[in-house]
Amino acid sequence: MINVRIFVTYKESVFDPQGETITEAIHSLGHDEVKQVHVGKFFDVQVDSSNKTVEKTIAEISEQLLVNFNLETYRYEIMEEA
Amino acid sequence: MKIAVVVFPGSNCDVDLYEALHTVCHADVEYVSHKQKNLTGFDAVMLPGGFSYGDYLRSGAIARFSNIMPAIVEFANEGKFVFGTCNGFQILTEAGLLPGALKKNNSLKFVCKEIELKVTNNQTPFTTQYKMGEHINLPIAHADGSYYAEKEVLEELEKNGQVVFRYMNENPNGSLNDIAGITNKKGNVLGMMPHPERAVEALLGNEDGLRLFKSLLANGKKKEEAAR
Amino acid sequence: MIATEMSPQEIKSKKPYLEWGLSEKEYNYICEKLLKRLPNYTETGLFAVMWSEHCSYKKSKPVLREFPNKNERVLQGPGEGAGIVDIGDGQAVVFKAESHNHPSAVEPYEGAATGVGGIIRDIFSMGARPIAALDSLHFGEINQARTKYLINEVVAGIGGYGNCMGIPTVGGEMTFDECYTGNPLVNAMCVGLMEQKDMQVGRAQGLGNAVMYVGAKTGRDGIHGATFASADFSDEKETQRSAVQVGDPFMEKLLMEACLELTNKHADWLVGIQDMGAAGLASSSCEMASKAGSGLELTLDNVPQREPEMSAYEIMLSESQERMLLCIRAGFEEKVKKLFENYGLEAVVIGRVVKGHQYLLKHKNSIVADIPVSSLTDDVLEEESQEKMPERILQAGKVKNWIPQVSDATEILEKMLQQPTIASKRMFTQTYDSQVRTNTVVGPGSDAAVLRVRGTKKALAMTTDGNGRFVYLDPKIGGKIAVLEAASNLVASGALPLALTDCLNYGDPNDPEIYWELHESVLGMAAACRVLNTPVISGNVSLYNENNGEAIYPTPMVGMVGLVKNIKHIISSFVQHQGDLVFIVGDTEQDFAGSELQKMITGQIKGHLNQINLEKISLRMMRLLKAMEKGLVVSAHDLSEGGLAVALAETTFGTKHGINLKINLSSEELFSETAGRFIVTVTPENQKQFLNEMQGEATYAGKVTNDKKLIVAYNGGQLDLDLQKAEGLWEEAIPCLMKSKD
Repeated sequence: MINVRIFVTYKESVFDPQGETITEAIHSLGHDEVKQVHVGKFFDVQVDSSNKTVEKTIAEISEQLLVNFNLETYRYEIMEEA
Repeated sequence: MKIAVVVFPGSNCDVDLYEALHTVCHADVEYVSHKQKNLTGFDAVMLPGGFSYGDYLRSGAIARFSNIMPAIVEFANEGKFVFGTCNGFQILTEAGLLPGALKKNNSLKFVCKEIELKVTNNQTPFTTQYKMGEHINLPIAHADGSYYAEKEVLEELEKNGQVVFRYMNENPNGSLNDIAGITNKKGNVLGMMPHPERAVEALLGNEDGLRLFKSLLANGKKKEEAAR
Repeated sequence: MIATEMSPQEIKSKKPYLEWGLSEKEYNYICEKLLKRLPNYTETGLFAVMWSEHCSYKKSKPVLREFPNKNERVLQGPGEGAGIVDIGDGQAVVFKAESHNHPSAVEPYEGAATGVGGIIRDIFSMGARPIAALDSLHFGEINQARTKYLINEVVAGIGGYGNCMGIPTVGGEMTFDECYTGNPLVNAMCVGLMEQKDMQVGRAQGLGNAVMYVGAKTGRDGIHGATFASADFSDEKETQRSAVQVGDPFMEKLLMEACLELTNKHADWLVGIQDMGAAGLASSSCEMASKAGSGLELTLDNVPQREPEMSAYEIMLSESQERMLLCIRAGFEEKVKKLFENYGLEAVVIGRVVKGHQYLLKHKNSIVADIPVSSLTDDVLEEESQEKMPERILQAGKVKNWIPQVSDATEILEKMLQQPTIASKRMFTQTYDSQVRTNTVVGPGSDAAVLRVRGTKKALAMTTDGNGRFVYLDPKIGGKIAVLEAASNLVASGALPLALTDCLNYGDPNDPEIYWELHESVLGMAAACRVLNTPVISGNVSLYNENNGEAIYPTPMVGMVGLVKNIKHIISSFVQHQGDLVFIVGDTEQDFAGSELQKMITGQIKGHLNQINLEKISLRMMRLLKAMEKGLVVSAHDLSEGGLAVALAETTFGTKHGINLKINLSSEELFSETAGRFIVTVTPENQKQFLNEMQGEATYAGKVTNDKKLIVAYNGGQLDLDLQKAEGLWEEAIPCLMKSKD
């Protein structure tokens, strides 16, 4: 099995109200040194190791399903080979 | 004119659309399961509000892979009428039948209330019975209704008159350009966050949505007559 | 979770059951009298949950017998998933309320969400389509971050579940008092509509019939949730956190549609159906067997499981959400499987109805429980409880009641409109979809919500009410007021009150004073129910609502449903046209004990309540209803917290009107909270006939005006309120408190 973590985030220009709200909450905890928070999500995907084309699989599922390119962008990390 | 109301797992305004068309407008309307693969015999298709697939991943993101979707895309490409409200609008954008996307409301909260809209295009098959620039009230009920599109897309929408409804006085979700509803370039696909199907009876306090369905039915009839 | 199970001998010596809520006396009774042997681990667990207060009502049963639960309309009283009442035309309304106080205090979003989910399942398990949800929420004062967090999360949880299900949240109530700070009350009610022919019951009977499991898989979540709900709450018991479940409304939506297809279209396949709620598979299966006097054999290996290596104990006691148990006629199992498959759900045969009355559980090729069904459901030792009138009530009867002094009624009213209990709750209610299914004629913010019954002339009105302050001062009178208040809300909407459901929220019943409060308030409620002919058809009891030894106000919540015979006679809470005449229905007394005015001015709830004449108020309400049904009433609003002054302001909010009155009351009496009163508006042409109908119960007071001013000339002064400003204050008060930094 190959474990892959896919990160999906808003594109830079997209307003992120969750991030803003969390930033405010952090400031109210006294951490004014925190300047900005962006919220995203990640998907832990287990791919059968016989799959020689793991990168292609990840790109396809991300582009077809996991990411809405109107708003979002993605990157991924291949975590480990078990 | 025969209308399909598509039922996805988790749709919950399907009954409201059906009743508005069937009971109030006396139209010929049928529920169609997301599992079906064709829309033969229908002249218009409507995608209801609700939480298809629980809104998991993103609102509308999973519904767009249903069996019925290729038929809806084909239907739209043939110039037939496609209408989506709320979750239906989200599905239409996810499926690429309408440009842009619907983000979480700026308030981060679900909001259900009546809001004021301006009809900014009364030349679409869905809006001919409204006056240009008319102010109407319709209910909204959504958590992900903030319309977003990139600058060039927005400019294109505005230039082509694809923005059909715009929020007045108060933008309830942070939509860019106060957009509440848009059509595709051809004008046969309309998606909107407000719920016209909830505003078709005086008993429930609002009839401003009725003319949307009446416009569509009248224009459908015209089209049928022209085809004969 | 415990890795290796204790042997029966170890259970006897180490007494793990004490932690599960079973007393030593109960354990010994089970060993010596019921089983005549030592129960094993799974069996002990079964007794612990089935004998918890939540499942057995062992503490409250003697008191609950006081409630009337039958009349000519009741089709199903307490004992099933929900009660059912005839509304004519072969139709019936189904409803029930349930508390989810303890889970909500720990994990407010999921606690509230799963509370809503559970009560919805109770409704569709009866064969009814859920048409509306309501809630009753009581929190601490909005002055600490924790309370704001609880409020935000509970509200989000209720909306998150109901909105996704497509069941409109149409009404409810929300109050704020110090006593709820550590133990908020989260009560949810669901109302369903059905054809009487589709009525279902939770029974498992007929030799060889299948027991089928449908819905979400079973995990280790919520084990001992029922006992958790039956225990006192303190900061030390952090380990209880494992007992909270996570809801999946999407799963429940599918489950609901599938179950409704089964009950409404294939009743011939079905013997019984029940929700797996508190105490999960254990309580649902043995209750189904018990009600039918059947024996049951279950093979737990067949139960769909989400986690590996679950023990029999865990499978039986799990409170994973969105699961239902069916009893299916032998031979129809495949058809049922197919029906559920069509919704993407799995239906699995996990057992059969067998001869005799034993409850036989098998797991991994061995018998893990073999006990009489009735030992779990019927043999619980009812607990005798000590009762004692609390000192505060004894004392309160001896001293004179507080009499307020109001010099500037306008200023007091402005201030009062901003008290959280009275102020607008719109910032919360607008996060609920109150309109989906397009039947909501009157939504949140009125006396009662009103939904039309499609295809008929009828409408259903519904409300939830609970005023812990009055019950705290005098449980019996407070109990009467709670029922009257709910009935008044329905009548004000033009509905005849039909029946009620309740959530009885109290502290630790082992405290004789608290048990006395429970008993007295039930007596008061029952008396009002009898006079109003509104039986109690369902409900739940939530005891041990305490936080670090401090009990909440005794807070019985009344959820009531009424019938509007003709949608033409749905009455608005809001004044409608200039020139309409304003009448006050009912007399105003010196009722300041437990009032909002008392709380606002003194910061305390104190004193004794005046007696209530139930017959008189009931008669008055029926007269008013008759006037409404004759089309003589334009608007009506029930008087509650804040009395006449607040109610007058409320009836104008959202309209372009004002009111100009002259009344024979003192400035203080404008804020008195005498029960059973209404403000009614009538057109001038109907005045005479209206007064005739009311037979002296209505007093003319003034007119509806076209300016946004509330002018009330009272004895010795005049109230002069700018309604535009007042509405702004009323609307902004809670958003302002919620935003403010502590």
